[in-house]
Amino acid sequence: MQAILNFINQNVELIYIVILMIFLGIEIIGRVPSVLHTPLMSGANAIHGVVIIGAIIVMGKAENDNYIALMLGFLAVILGTLNVVGGFVVTDRMLEMFKKKK
Amino acid sequence: MGISILSLCYFIASVTFILGLKMLSNPATARRGNLIAAAGMAIAIAGTIFLYENDGKRLGNYGWIFGGIIIGSIIGTLTAKKVKMTAMPELVSFFNGMGGACAALISIVEFDYLFQENRMLDSTWFSDVVPAGHYLTIVAGAIIGSVSFAGSMIALGKLSGKIKDFSFRGQHIFNLLVLALVLAAAVFTYQTNVKGANIPFFITVFLALLYGVFFVLPIGGADMPVVISLLNSFTGVAAACGGFLYNNKAMLTGGILVGAAGTLLTILMCRAMNRSLKNVLIGSFGGSSKSDGGNQSEFGNYKEISLSDTAMLMAYSKKVMIVPGYGLAVAQAQHSCHELEKLLNEKGVEVKYAIHPVAGRMPGHMNVLLAEADVNYEKLLEMEDANKEFKTTDVVLILGANDVVNPAAKNDPSSPIYGMPVLEVELAKTVIVNKRSMKPGYAGIENELFFQPKTSMLFGDAKKVLQELLVEIKNT
Repeated sequence: MQAILNFINQNVELIYIVILMIFLGIEIIGRVPSVLHTPLMSGANAIHGVVIIGAIIVMGKAENDNYIALMLGFLAVILGTLNVVGGFVVTDRMLEMFKKKK
Repeated sequence: MGISILSLCYFIASVTFILGLKMLSNPATARRGNLIAAAGMAIAIAGTIFLYENDGKRLGNYGWIFGGIIIGSIIGTLTAKKVKMTAMPELVSFFNGMGGACAALISIVEFDYLFQENRMLDSTWFSDVVPAGHYLTIVAGAIIGSVSFAGSMIALGKLSGKIKDFSFRGQHIFNLLVLALVLAAAVFTYQTNVKGANIPFFITVFLALLYGVFFVLPIGGADMPVVISLLNSFTGVAAACGGFLYNNKAMLTGGILVGAAGTLLTILMCRAMNRSLKNVLIGSFGGSSKSDGGNQSEFGNYKEISLSDTAMLMAYSKKVMIVPGYGLAVAQAQHSCHELEKLLNEKGVEVKYAIHPVAGRMPGHMNVLLAEADVNYEKLLEMEDANKEFKTTDVVLILGANDVVNPAAKNDPSSPIYGMPVLEVELAKTVIVNKRSMKPGYAGIENELFFQPKTSMLFGDAKKVLQELLVEIKNT
């Protein structure tokens, strides 16, 4: 119990962000026409690629002789980049088709 | 100085994510929204590489970091550019899985740090040296990321037809049991001696991967869009765990935003199919459909129609409604479809498209496909509007759609899709169904519509049939 309270207390700022983002996320999506569901899902998919930041941090702070961290971190950076770059490019490709409309 | 600039970078990134998602929800601004979010992402990544400080030290291993980013960018761009429009759902599923795996790997490395730091201590409990909150963010990232990765890979396999639906008796209980084991192993890791904490942790990860596999395996095709959307929001939450771990606001905002938006999107999709999320989660779709037996003769015989008859029928009608489905996507027939529309328009026939929300393999799949072929936005009717117009429609042309026009959803309570809103095509005067064969649709159930007197079957690959139809109509 004490541990949970401590955690909340230490991260109160982050918890505020979480709550606000939940409402914001719901609010934003609520108005999307069904036409855009696929691009939106794809765009959201690219945005959660922000996890790459964690991969970069893990990779960047790994000691030179810590091979586990180096290898897994390297893999994480590759996969994270795949998510980000692939996600945005695919979304752009889908949306390109909508652009030609008047 | 560096740190304040970094905070600013993360702040900008967070704002662009919100703006980007907002702009993505409007056709006019969607593309710009995507680019803005991408720019924000680039700022956050560059900032992290050059400005991030860990206990006052800059990050090292630039060679590895850039190497990874370059490899990932090349593979990512190539796959994203090369893949066909039909394979978009698979691709989203794939990239989503990569994000999940990335989150899981981060947690594994972070756990390993904790483990290496503390393993030398004599007889201490893991819970004594690691704060619960810290452990929770690590293990949650590992579990959610693993489930998302394994689930996405299975969804990918199922979408591309490499993995068949697989279910067995008591699967729901088995799944819940695996989930319970995952949580138990996670708790056990925390309560164990520091020297041996790594083994239960890896068991936790392994079980989470297993859960991901069994979570998606029994779920039938009709639920695939829901599953991808759900896994998408899972990865969002996994990324947010990383945000807690590194006190990183960009990761937190991005992750939670996607988690919340993805969950809502999932619920909206479930609602469109009149099923509860719980029902989908437990994965009861595949099993129940088998009880039917799927007896073909139960509905009588179907009749075929020739191409020239179809051409006559369509050329001399007032209003034609096209119902696209996955078959259209597979055949890449969207361009031919648009040509048919133009040709009929020239002949004074009104043509519209009726789009079911879950037609194809993803919500909006058909819209993207038809948009590629330059079909005017305003001709695409959503389900409710389409259902109002079927009464005044002369010919409905169904191109490779099946479950979304199955009347069993309305009048057969024993059908597994009972209660799902469908396109009421049988209200129109004539229904022409283009399919490759009489095989049931993705949900694996028979469609009574094909045996109704109003309905005629036009067998063949959608693209080929449409092209031949174009020639026939030109000649009439």
